[in-house]
Amino acid sequence: MSEAALALRRAMRHRSFLVGGILSAIMLGMALLSLVWTPYAPTAINIRRRLAAPSPEHWLGTDPFGRDVLSQILAGAQNSISVGIIAVGIGLILGTVLGLLAAAKRGWLEELVMRFADFTFAFPAILSAIMLAAIFGPGTMNSIIAIAIFNIPVFARVVRASANAIWARDFILAARSAGKGAVRITIEHVLPNILAVIVVQATIQFALAILAEAALSYLGLGTQPPTPSWGRMLNEAQSYVFRAPWLAVWPGCAIALAVLGLNLLGDGLRDLTDPRLSRQR
Amino acid sequence: MPAFLAKRLATLIATLVATSIIVFLVLEILPGDPALLVLGIDASPEQLAVFRSQYGLDRPLLDRYLGWIGDLLVGDFGISYAYKTPVWPLIAERLALTYPLAISAMLLTVLLALSLGVFAAARHNRPADVIVMAISQLGISIPNFWFGLLLILLFAVNLGWLSAGGFPGWSDPGAALQSLILPSIALAAVQAAILARITRSSVLEVLREDFVRTARAKGLSRNAVLWRHVLRNALIPVITIIGLQFGNLLAGAIVVEQVFSLPGLGRLIFQAISNRDIEVVKAAVVLLAFTVVVVNFIVDVLYAVIDPRLKVHDV
Repeated sequence: MSEAALALRRAMRHRSFLVGGILSAIMLGMALLSLVWTPYAPTAINIRRRLAAPSPEHWLGTDPFGRDVLSQILAGAQNSISVGIIAVGIGLILGTVLGLLAAAKRGWLEELVMRFADFTFAFPAILSAIMLAAIFGPGTMNSIIAIAIFNIPVFARVVRASANAIWARDFILAARSAGKGAVRITIEHVLPNILAVIVVQATIQFALAILAEAALSYLGLGTQPPTPSWGRMLNEAQSYVFRAPWLAVWPGCAIALAVLGLNLLGDGLRDLTDPRLSRQR
Repeated sequence: MPAFLAKRLATLIATLVATSIIVFLVLEILPGDPALLVLGIDASPEQLAVFRSQYGLDRPLLDRYLGWIGDLLVGDFGISYAYKTPVWPLIAERLALTYPLAISAMLLTVLLALSLGVFAAARHNRPADVIVMAISQLGISIPNFWFGLLLILLFAVNLGWLSAGGFPGWSDPGAALQSLILPSIALAAVQAAILARITRSSVLEVLREDFVRTARAKGLSRNAVLWRHVLRNALIPVITIIGLQFGNLLAGAIVVEQVFSLPGLGRLIFQAISNRDIEVVKAAVVLLAFTVVVVNFIVDVLYAVIDPRLKVHDV
């Protein structure tokens, strides 16, 4: 059997990877589906049908403006995914560059990058978002920047640690004696060898980004109306918790399942790509 | 130990200075002219000049930073643009809710996580372990504010045992503590799920050590080994995580306060944001960040007390 087929068979037998993959695929599917079809327009207001309980017409009921909850949840997946991808993407790129630099150059640069990474823990994403919202006002862009800032040191730290381990290997010494410079070694040898670690971390950070985006939108610092967002749906549901409790249930389930899926996928990927674990097979 | 303490103390001070510089630069420089923000673009140049000199905005940057830090050290957090009163009493009043909330959630987190983590590790790969791990996997995935809403649905809407929110004030300590029960649970559940997993793997790792086998061989019971030898060693990584989690709990408290309509620091901050009251935001943010840094310092020192190896080694 080929390498790829073997890897696929191993992946399909891994329970967390499988469940996580399915949940993540459902979330992605919801977002893609909402691009072309939702049962009702997610922002269509219909006051006569406001706060309708779940029924065959509105599977998950309607909100205080008579908007269809299912349609909003489908469209909300788009928002969560795009904020997550952009925020984690920025953090991944900047953090990886910093981490690779620190590992390649060592000395004061490494010290500087690591001290910077150390002290950013004093600023959880919510605190950065509060500062940004105080200056620029709330909005999706703020939550993206705040989550991205929070992600930079995470990637910088993970990448530096893994890159340092690679730099200590014999084949790097060989590459050096062949006359390759630090930049070329980093791109040709270090980066490919730590790609798996970066992908695993990105999956887990993606889950955290979805949680952070939901919290910021819930607080009114993130995505603004009328763009559908799971966090803001929960904020709006809160005033109706006695009259329409289902409003407070569905968006939370969507967040929890998306985050659970990505966490399991990340755990699965880690097990499958960690060479120490795969040798134990 | 004194050398270790001195080094940690130096790091603490450096971190506090760096944190204050970041907050100062972001909230003092980026927003543009606070005089224009507060008085609006219709204000006359004279009005703007008066406002600037009143709040010391006409001084050089370094002067302003040093002045701000000097004032912070003596407990002067500036004057609120919106309330026209000193910021410190506004914040102190809210902290009387936010700190107890974060601390009670922290205690609950540690209590839940240690007992569940040790329980699961002692039953490694048996059904109880699998169930605890599945619940904690779910716990990690749930947003704390949604869990808060679910608690309100269950205990306030359906069962009617507790109120859906609000805070009666500390004049009635019993009622005040009662109103913090659900918020603390909402905050602690997620962090406890994370910490329980770390505790479990840490205990499992220590259980594999040689000294555990030695202790068992000399006739100590499984439980005696677990509680007397394993836990002390397993706690070392756990304590670091607890320190890091305090930041999340404090940030989480700001969110969960909104769920339970608690008049804590969160509400003050969000009002300040909509009023563009940068002085209040600056004071609140710097105070929260300082709290996180100081708690981590304390945890680092505790760590050295628990782990004797650190007293010899340079950390």
